[in-house]
Amino acid sequence: KIETLKVTVDFLKVPLGLKKPPLKEALAAVPGPGRSKPLGLERHKPRRSDNMDNESQYSGYSYKSGHSRSSRKHRDRRDRHRSKSRDGSRGDKSVTIQAPGEPLLDNESTRGDERDDNWGETTTVVTGTSEHSISHDDITRITKDMEDSAHLDCSRHLGVALAGALALLAFLTPVAFMLLPQLLWREELEPCGTPCEGLFISVAFKLLILLLGSWALFFRRPKAFFPRVFVFRALLMVLVFLLVVSYWLFYGVRILDSRDRNYQGVVQYAVSLVDALLFVHYLAVVLLELRQLQPQFTLKAVRSADGASRFYNVGHLSIQRAAVWILENYYHDFPVYNPALLNLPKSVLSKKMSGFKVYSLGEENSTNNSTGQSRAVIAAAARRRDNSHNEYYYEEAEHERRVRKRRARLVVAVEEAFTHIKRLQEEDQKNPREIMDPREAAQAIFASMARAMQKYLRTTKQQPYHTMESILQHLEFCITHDMTPKVPGAFLERYLTAGPTIQYHKDRWLAKQWTLVSEEPVTNGLKDGVVFVLKRQDFSLVVSTKKIPFFKLSEEFVDPKSHKFIMRLQSETSV
Amino acid sequence: PVITILSYFISSFQQRIEIHKLRQGDNLILGFSIGGGIDQDPTQNPFSEDKTDKGIYVTRVTEGGPAEVAGLQIGDKIMQVNGWDMTMVTHDQARKRLTKRNEEVVRLLVTRQSLQKAVQQSMMS
Repeated sequence: KIETLKVTVDFLKVPLGLKKPPLKEALAAVPGPGRSKPLGLERHKPRRSDNMDNESQYSGYSYKSGHSRSSRKHRDRRDRHRSKSRDGSRGDKSVTIQAPGEPLLDNESTRGDERDDNWGETTTVVTGTSEHSISHDDITRITKDMEDSAHLDCSRHLGVALAGALALLAFLTPVAFMLLPQLLWREELEPCGTPCEGLFISVAFKLLILLLGSWALFFRRPKAFFPRVFVFRALLMVLVFLLVVSYWLFYGVRILDSRDRNYQGVVQYAVSLVDALLFVHYLAVVLLELRQLQPQFTLKAVRSADGASRFYNVGHLSIQRAAVWILENYYHDFPVYNPALLNLPKSVLSKKMSGFKVYSLGEENSTNNSTGQSRAVIAAAARRRDNSHNEYYYEEAEHERRVRKRRARLVVAVEEAFTHIKRLQEEDQKNPREIMDPREAAQAIFASMARAMQKYLRTTKQQPYHTMESILQHLEFCITHDMTPKVPGAFLERYLTAGPTIQYHKDRWLAKQWTLVSEEPVTNGLKDGVVFVLKRQDFSLVVSTKKIPFFKLSEEFVDPKSHKFIMRLQSETSV
Repeated sequence: PVITILSYFISSFQQRIEIHKLRQGDNLILGFSIGGGIDQDPTQNPFSEDKTDKGIYVTRVTEGGPAEVAGLQIGDKIMQVNGWDMTMVTHDQARKRLTKRNEEVVRLLVTRQSLQKAVQQSMMS
């Protein structure tokens, strides 16, 4: 218990000022993958930070495996294994998507304020801790995740290896077809002149094109790990496998066994296989890339915590692919999730909650009485709530005014600070000691605006997102690139509005672990009315689908000569 | 006698006005201005009750002029001039019919909304 209090105090220190390095070091001190007993220690500590630690380790695994080369159909093998191991652990159809990135520390210190207030409260009305304490179920689930991830990485590697092997086999088969007769019964072969040479050249180039096409299409770093088999890829893989196997069968029976002498025929056979492979590649392009391009559905993504919403147009995608698409867009469209902004001001909340509770003492048969009573309670509560609405309004107005005042001070301070710096022109003669590089220039002027900046960030509750180091870096960046008086605008743009999540320092705010919750199997295609949820710990994205309506466009021809006009007069004549 | 006067009004809520033109230099003037006509926009007429009415209306009456003396009022609709119909004429035709050089006296048949209202009220009472 003392441990937990002590660690909590450390975290509480943080939101009072700009972020200080100790916190970062503390995070860095969290060991990476390879911790043997993550949960033995954490089981006693019902805090989200530990949840984070587990998560960072988990993410570490998947980050490493993300580096592996992704060949044509590795993913389905991996996913098949993964889906097998997962089916046992989860009852409902909630599966996890991971996006490659860095470990996340989720809003840890912004919660410090609430935890400060609610720490030790015994009332059941509102407790900050209850929302983020981690229950035993969560712990067991995370344990299973850890085990799963261990399995999955093995299976991922296996999948990659298998798919690579199949691809290699497919590439080498035509070459083998052409080489084997030469090796085995060279003397008996009929000589084959120009046609064969032509065919050799065409095979070579087609194989080269196939290689380049496969590289372009498949050899890409995966952007996400999907929970289930990617149906189209599996299909293509099966197709290629069947193709190659059937070709080998025929080859074995017709050519190897009977030692066919017609070498040109053999070479043509090999060429036909290469053509078939090229067509399979074309099919892959169409299925994997082209089909989803034409917009068919409009997805509405709403963040559950604060209601920020966006609309996106997508084509025919499976639910899991649509989920990844939404996530990709989420990071640059949605303003960053700032839980500190969500809560009502303390004064409002406390007044609201300090109401009276009505207990009916042992009167079960007098239902009329109780409903009348409850109605009275509700009416009284409604009347009371009027006051808290007022409170909320005035608090909001006050906050707005404060923010504007601080913002004005900040802008003025930054403007002034920037007037002290000037880019060195060629003709200026200055002694070398006075010449500074951008970093030093940034440090020189930072002091004059630091206080205004700190106060502004604290008022807008953005201080966890910007450390002193990050501000200095940004200042250096702005100084390097612009020296016009408009620089304050460019410099401040980052701080005045809450930007999208991807703008903030990657190490701390980019989450990898999302959970996809869906009532339908996630490999189903999108249909009108499908709803799925992408969950993180504190908030979730609820995505609903609507089909883009079918447009009936009719034409109307307008003759340019038909545009004619008349004057509307009202004249007055005196007689 | 009241009934006969009323019945005279009821049968024709129109008024005959005789204007003697005034010579001003080379011109004979009547002392009022007209608006309206079948070539004009009837919706801009402030005096008409029915905004599709394309008749000729009196838009101004000069003070002390022959029209005012004769009893013409602003807002009157001119139905006839010297027997010529004025309900379906263009603005220019109306002007011409009023300003014939060889006529010294014009006899107008006008209708007035206030007259109509008076008749209606008396009929109702």
